[in-house]
Amino acid sequence: MNDPDAGGAGRSWAETAPLSAVALRVNDEVRRLEVDPRTSLLDALREHLHLSGTKKGCDHGQCGACTVLINGRRVNSCLTLAVMHEDDEIVTIEGLGDLDSLHAMQRSFVERDGFQCGYCTPGQICSAVGMLAEVGAGWPSHATADVASPRIALTDEEIRERMSGNICRCAAYPNIVAAIRAVAKAGTQ
Amino acid sequence: MIGQPLDRIDGPLKVTGQAIYAYEHWEPGQPLYGVIVGATVGKGRITRIDTDSAEHAPGVRMVMTHRNAPEQGARDESVPMEYWRAQPVLTSPDIHYHGEPVALVVAETLEQARAAAALVHVEYAAGRGRFDFAAYEDEAYAPKEANGGFPTDTEVGDFDTGFSTADVRIDQRYTTPYELSMPMELHACLVQPRGEDLIVYVSCQIVDAALASIASTLRIDPARIYIITPFVGGGFGSKLGIHAETILAAIAARALREPVKVALTRQQIFQLVGMRPTSSQRVRLGAGRDGRLVAVAHDVTMATNPDIEFAEQTAATTRSLYAAPHRLTTHRLTPLDLPRGADVRAPGEAPGLLAVESAMDELADALGIDPVELRIRNEPAVDPESGVPFSDRHLVECLREGARRFGWEHRPTTPASMREGRWLVGYGMAAAIRKHFQGQATVRVRLEADGTAVVQTDMTDIGTGTYTILTQVAADGLGLPPERVRIELGRSELPTSWGSGGSWGAANSSTATHRACVAVREKLLVTACGDTGSPLHGLDPAEAVFAEGSVRIGGADEALSEILARNHPDGVQAEGETRFMGDDPNYAAYSIHTYGAHFAEVGVDADTAEIRLRRMLGVFSVGRVLNPKTTRSQLIGGMIWGVGAALQEEAVVDLRSGAFVNRDLAQYLMPVHADIPDVDAVVLDGYDDKANVLGMKGVGELGICGAGPAIANAVFNATGVRVRDFPITLEKVLPGLPLMDT
Repeated sequence: MNDPDAGGAGRSWAETAPLSAVALRVNDEVRRLEVDPRTSLLDALREHLHLSGTKKGCDHGQCGACTVLINGRRVNSCLTLAVMHEDDEIVTIEGLGDLDSLHAMQRSFVERDGFQCGYCTPGQICSAVGMLAEVGAGWPSHATADVASPRIALTDEEIRERMSGNICRCAAYPNIVAAIRAVAKAGTQ
Repeated sequence: MIGQPLDRIDGPLKVTGQAIYAYEHWEPGQPLYGVIVGATVGKGRITRIDTDSAEHAPGVRMVMTHRNAPEQGARDESVPMEYWRAQPVLTSPDIHYHGEPVALVVAETLEQARAAAALVHVEYAAGRGRFDFAAYEDEAYAPKEANGGFPTDTEVGDFDTGFSTADVRIDQRYTTPYELSMPMELHACLVQPRGEDLIVYVSCQIVDAALASIASTLRIDPARIYIITPFVGGGFGSKLGIHAETILAAIAARALREPVKVALTRQQIFQLVGMRPTSSQRVRLGAGRDGRLVAVAHDVTMATNPDIEFAEQTAATTRSLYAAPHRLTTHRLTPLDLPRGADVRAPGEAPGLLAVESAMDELADALGIDPVELRIRNEPAVDPESGVPFSDRHLVECLREGARRFGWEHRPTTPASMREGRWLVGYGMAAAIRKHFQGQATVRVRLEADGTAVVQTDMTDIGTGTYTILTQVAADGLGLPPERVRIELGRSELPTSWGSGGSWGAANSSTATHRACVAVREKLLVTACGDTGSPLHGLDPAEAVFAEGSVRIGGADEALSEILARNHPDGVQAEGETRFMGDDPNYAAYSIHTYGAHFAEVGVDADTAEIRLRRMLGVFSVGRVLNPKTTRSQLIGGMIWGVGAALQEEAVVDLRSGAFVNRDLAQYLMPVHADIPDVDAVVLDGYDDKANVLGMKGVGELGICGAGPAIANAVFNATGVRVRDFPITLEKVLPGLPLMDT
């Protein structure tokens, strides 16, 4: 590898770095890629697999638009490299449901108008699905009154606290919370 | 269908990730990736650029700087609206503001372009920039007019005399910070060259403006440019025009003969797309002991970029809000070497009402009059400056209905007197008013032979619900079920409109759609009533009713599909138009606004001064509502912007460099889920027959108008501390908090 500061022909280390092969399991399908090792999972999804439902809002882990589920847990896909996810089970918004069979959370977002421009929406929905699983598993949050309790009541405060990594500039927050609440309620009946 | 809470037509596409935004189109094939390099000084001149390393970096196809950028059209102020003007970039070695583009690097992958961009070596001779608004506030000048065509200054009666003889006087200065639109979708553009044509996928609010701006900057025939923007991930003003990403993508794609896409980084969006200027606002209110205003003055000084003047219409709202015989409003600008000022959601009204509605609360407190009652006492009979009648003013109803629903009677009349545990609790309210604008729009409606309707316009849907409401308008207009209406938006070959912005998009495009439907109906009736083969033959077209895919006149009816099959095998189409307000006499004869009243309850931590919004209600009057579901969403969204303006949002300038120091979403604070409790919006039934044939007005910006001061006033009611320097953050409240028994 060349030292980037060594000057010479002005070539960066990346020129000699080979592409990295990685097999991603995305939405139940194995996708083999050869990517620049610097490629984020987000850019691999969007620019290589053309799964543009996962959105880039800040590329910095600050907005949540790129949220996907990795082995069932929500992750900001802009903050992790594609090559780190060999054999991981990745679910994107496209894998949750499609136009013919919407996921309950997708349908609830439509019914409650949990979005306007739609750009943060895939991240909100993936995050909501992952969040409900976290609550179901008994993980406490800053809003949990009794962190020792094995069962967590899904109050609106819990939803808001746990969804705060997903920014919506259209500010559909009250409708998003209503959409999540409706799904959670239906799931417990 | 009009008035029904129809789910968004584009909802399923958006929740499944199938809605395609500008950077995501793959029709052109594999594009090249462009990354913009920005200046690291706020004022000065490039003395040396070394692009050699970048040019030789892997995958790099082009490095463009001012040295090799093509000559571009100049920004032409004779073009009436800024967003239609040329936006040249990389034109000289001079640096006008921190972050100004100094290079574009294009490479085969994003990773290569980003790495190579870091290799562009730039040296500057830094100049002495003017970055500190407070230091130059006194050097302000009067612009020729304020944004939106409002006069710079207005005067009615004799303010000085009226104010000096008033029983009670409020004379306070309020300051508001730089704020940004910050749509969630990054500003992005993908350009595909095809022969001499450019196909431009761009995130923008106004297709026609993007087209004109690209054509005049690149100096090419507008007929050679095709804009495509079916989905836009939010705009809020910053996408009214196109910016460096679009111009640079277009130049690079033309030069390289390949598709090129460029997105601004989130950090660059703080520098390159315009911002709400910081303001210093002096508000003077003089009133009698009965609370009736005798004198109102609103004097505003703001920052502006020296080359691209922008005077936010911050005092304009005050001109129509309350009655008073003596009135004065002024706008002044002081040039700073900072990014351009630009329209950010509710330009003028949002910062102006922060000041004026805070001052009204101060007046209510000084008089010992309930803030709702004070506003009702100052309700004008006619527009207090122009003297023309209001078209459909229901501010008082909004105030009364909001007070009733919110439980305003439980408000503590003495500040800092309600405590719940560690929380000081307070109620606040403010009025909302926003001028309704009307702009040009043309819509084509085509009834196909199979009885489906296609609505076509270059209008955009930036989250505002255009697809949905035009479906409703056309369904009603032609008597069709909504599933038989298809909406086509956001392409430059479609009939032109002034797009989304200024809260005019819905009314402009809906009215034009309605008119096009009327014209289609007339064509169908002429043929059907004149067709001996039709059961409608010889009947009176004026009696016709279009419903459920049929035309009925009296007891006779015929399906649209049969009329079409017999007389119009290729379908029927017609265009409808909405005129610019300057050509519509109603907009001179009447003062046409939307109204509202905001009510907020906050808790302030008695020890730390942490401020938490507890609940908020807005009651609005907007004329007729096309879709109560999407309308409520937009109003709530606006109200939450008001929460940000009151408590969080502020882009902070480094006074040494002219850089925004908090240029990312972790440091420029906007409301997130945890900040927003129950927020609700209620809309009064209405119909403004002076606004347009549908009786509707815009709602996109009304929600933010007055929302911020309602919260500010609640903070005062909770704590007795009046903060006049927005946003209201805890360190400004803490020193004034009452000492409490523990």
